[in-house]
Amino acid sequence: MAIKERMSGNEAIAYAMKQINPDVMPAFPITPSTELPQMVSNYIANGEMDTEFIPVESEHSAMSAAIGASSAGARTMTATSSAGLAFMWEVLYVAASNRLPIAMAVVNRALSGPININCEHSDSMGARDSGWLQIYAENNQEAYDNFLQAYRIAEHKDVKLPIMICQDGFIISHGVQNIELLEDDKVKNFVGEYHPEHYLLKEDEVCSVGPYAITNFGMEGKKAQAHAMDSAKKVILDVAAEFEKVSGRKYGLYEGYELEDAEYVIVAIGSVCGTIKDAIDELRSQGVKAGLMKVRVFRPFPAEEFTDAIKGAKAVAIMDRAESYSSQGGPLGSELMAAMYRGHLKAEAINIVYGLCGRDVNVAEIREVYAQLKDIEKNGAAGREYQYLGLRD
Amino acid sequence: MALKAKDINVETRWQDLTEGMQIFEPGTSRDFNTGDWRTQTPVLDKDKCTQCLRCVPYCPDSSIPVKDGKREDFDLDHCKGCGICVAACPFDAITMKEGK
Repeated sequence: MAIKERMSGNEAIAYAMKQINPDVMPAFPITPSTELPQMVSNYIANGEMDTEFIPVESEHSAMSAAIGASSAGARTMTATSSAGLAFMWEVLYVAASNRLPIAMAVVNRALSGPININCEHSDSMGARDSGWLQIYAENNQEAYDNFLQAYRIAEHKDVKLPIMICQDGFIISHGVQNIELLEDDKVKNFVGEYHPEHYLLKEDEVCSVGPYAITNFGMEGKKAQAHAMDSAKKVILDVAAEFEKVSGRKYGLYEGYELEDAEYVIVAIGSVCGTIKDAIDELRSQGVKAGLMKVRVFRPFPAEEFTDAIKGAKAVAIMDRAESYSSQGGPLGSELMAAMYRGHLKAEAINIVYGLCGRDVNVAEIREVYAQLKDIEKNGAAGREYQYLGLRD
Repeated sequence: MALKAKDINVETRWQDLTEGMQIFEPGTSRDFNTGDWRTQTPVLDKDKCTQCLRCVPYCPDSSIPVKDGKREDFDLDHCKGCGICVAACPFDAITMKEGK
């Protein structure tokens, strides 16, 4: 029987960390992910975990220590947010190119500036080209479930890449909701032991990690890494199918809500999807064919699956909780529109930047987006292709 | 996969490289001439050299081979021409010449 509890997103992730009990966790605290190393330290102090916790002097050191531990053969995790993730930047790429399956809990928070501690996806979206897998959650249950699946994906022989398990800062990380936890033994069986093929501390093998690659070899190395990212899509689905058998909860590359026959579709990531679902329920009761495609997996970017899911839509609004300063929209907007072009989709698409620096989004605003989509179907986007939601102007 | 370093060359396909470009053998620099970008070259004056061997541990590239307790001539396949040995020698037995 599953355990019914009430937990915040951070409590849920920390509980998953305790159940998985990895070998090493180097971490440096930063709001709103501070509770994760704090709670794990408590578990360790209370004898409930035997993870080696490494207190470090910065996030750059946290990721560097994680790379060292993972290279040595240890199952490794860390956690961070915002500027902490930015401070890891240089070494994020090294973790990925060295093919180290480190799991990192990212609690999404705005990058400075203006300095702000609230939810935004600018931190992990900024790291979207670092070679890490990225999975996002709508609520604490998904954050917990995604973390339980993290190592199975990252450590898979066809993948061997680090993974970010992302949740919205404060909205999920500090919001307490009902949750169903798996029993410890079920988690242990599902996640399994970590037995890497090659690692620095392997007694009977010499091994060098992260060698210099001259021009003649670097490009081939990067192609191999890109191929692993491509292979991850199938692995994510396979692991989700196995997880469903254990938990009864179904996961995919995306979640469709009233999507099948939807004419007006919003595509979004994270906690805002709960608000969108409420708006859809209202609109459906009025006969409006509104739907949602909630992005779960952003890296790898499942372009074909996404476009296939929204191919019946007449108008699409793609919501970004991050500003790219590209002057044409946010990261999800740019990538999905490129995918729609390649998929020969005819639907009008607009890109809406919302919720920056923790700005709240309500059901009425989402209803307005659907109303706009209806209007766009008739009259075209006409200068509305890239806009802000909930902005005073 | 898991090719020996000596088998990796400019013909090697991306599918055949090791994961993360890891190397599973020691001393692979022996297979490569890494001294070819040297712009200055150390020259040993055997008459001045007293075989004190002070230059040997100072060399950052282990390019001064020692056999039977005596240093031999420079390993120019791996010497980068940094000149540290010149500064380390108490007997002015090493000088740098321009070029390879």
